[in-house]
Amino acid sequence: MAHMSYTATADFTADKTMILNMGPQHPSTHGVLRLLLEIDGERVVRMVPDIGYLHTGIEKTCEAKFYQQVVTLTDRIDYLCPMTNNLCYVLAVEKLLQMEIPPRAQFIRVMLNELTRIASHLVWLGTHALDMGAMTVFLYCFREREDILRIFEMVSGQRMMTSYFRVGGLSLEPPLDFFDKVRSFAAKFPERVDEYENLLTTNPIWVQRTKGVAHLSAEDALALGVTGPTLRASGIDWDLRRDMPYSSYEKFQFKVPVSKDADVYARYIVRVQELRESIGMVKQALEGLPEGSIKADAPKVVLPDREKMKTEMEALIYHFKIVTEGFAVPAGEVYQAIESPRGEMGYYITSDGTSKPYRVHMRSPSYANLQALEAMCVGRLLADVVAAIGSIDIVLGEIDR
Amino acid sequence: MAETAITDLDQLKGHPALAKLLEWNPSAVLGARFDRNELTVDVDRSYVRQACATLKPDFNFFSDLTCVDWFPSEPRFHVKYHLLSHALKERVRLNVKLAGDDPVLESIMSVWPAANFFEREIFDLFGVRFLGHPNLKRIMMPEDWEGNPLRKDYPVEGYR
Repeated sequence: MAHMSYTATADFTADKTMILNMGPQHPSTHGVLRLLLEIDGERVVRMVPDIGYLHTGIEKTCEAKFYQQVVTLTDRIDYLCPMTNNLCYVLAVEKLLQMEIPPRAQFIRVMLNELTRIASHLVWLGTHALDMGAMTVFLYCFREREDILRIFEMVSGQRMMTSYFRVGGLSLEPPLDFFDKVRSFAAKFPERVDEYENLLTTNPIWVQRTKGVAHLSAEDALALGVTGPTLRASGIDWDLRRDMPYSSYEKFQFKVPVSKDADVYARYIVRVQELRESIGMVKQALEGLPEGSIKADAPKVVLPDREKMKTEMEALIYHFKIVTEGFAVPAGEVYQAIESPRGEMGYYITSDGTSKPYRVHMRSPSYANLQALEAMCVGRLLADVVAAIGSIDIVLGEIDR
Repeated sequence: MAETAITDLDQLKGHPALAKLLEWNPSAVLGARFDRNELTVDVDRSYVRQACATLKPDFNFFSDLTCVDWFPSEPRFHVKYHLLSHALKERVRLNVKLAGDDPVLESIMSVWPAANFFEREIFDLFGVRFLGHPNLKRIMMPEDWEGNPLRKDYPVEGYR
């Protein structure tokens, strides 16, 4: 971060090229990303990303919190997909505890995760189109995102920093009209995707700005650690939800959109198709939702119901112990990865047997995906840099943590 | 409920990653552990780049690289490589232990360029150096920052 020294090339010293500073405050960098661009006229010769402006030391903070307190920190890493981060963290802790989660909780987790994916993709689509001058799409996308945020508010009381998942299940049973709200959203959403596609998919300006721009070959994508829709748009058919399922994703039917074109347009097509697949999964979760408890039967880890706490002595004692001392997690280490809207989101947790994690590390998809930006932009026009940044859908909060 | 971890090499050598490493160079493998459905292989630090190159044909994808500081016990730093195989749908974790007075190991950027930012992050936050990294500079903290914040002897609230 800060005064990053740039090792000048021979062309720069000979005054053939110049260095342009893009960011950290720049509307198209989606956060505080600083790019040092060496340009020859309008053409990018070299690019050095400079990050760390949002570094808040979340990994260090985790080491000082109880396991259940860390959930609230995970929302703040990637503020566009809080539920995905919650899920990945609780799955990792549950793996350490070797705990079984009731099917109802698993289905609701899948449902909310797919809604999160839709909300995140909508922000991506809106801002990406806005960067390239298509203002209307942004307003349409945020209209639907608002519906999803209201659904989140119903279950968790929060629109963005939800912290709804708990180690062992969910914090509360969703309210009665929650499923109706989700059902009506799922019914109308496919038409809305058609609306976005009407605005963009065959729009000549959009196609010209995106087709053949920021090409990333499959070999480069794999070598640079790229994951998620960006990897699938480069022709690699890999999705953790299908290939290494977690939280009962194996019970859902869905297609994994793949494209071989490897340009900005291909990434757009892949993500828009993912919107349709995700809403399909939400519907499946609604239809197949099992009855039963939303919390695992583990009184030493999971907080008791409010009613029981007031009427049963034992429940009151467990509640007091968990809140004041946390719960101990057996020593060991795990790496849990899930498919976030941006790619492979992984949590590595080491436990030393106490009630606070010894080490928490987040493998954030944007962090690795950002490394591919230079490969996409070198040799292309300066204006394409904006398209390329939008197409990898980075969130600086999870890059810097 | 809890299953016990398996640490016997003979029982584990059926796992493709371990089999491959043992076939290549048994002296590079210092031990292995299968716990909670995850395989961890302890690798000698002088072989880490070659071990990654050996695994790359099968374990084609570099997922993650991180470090754990076990201060004050020695060897203090445990560097963890998480590799993924798209074909086998398996993961493996390589673990390299480094002493606190000499936290140096070879960069794997020649095997996976993806390790670039990850190695810089560990250099920045733990002070572990990677030989052969072309641009080993701080990435999260300001360049003139003193200390390595994720070390265990660095206070959570910083120095005041």
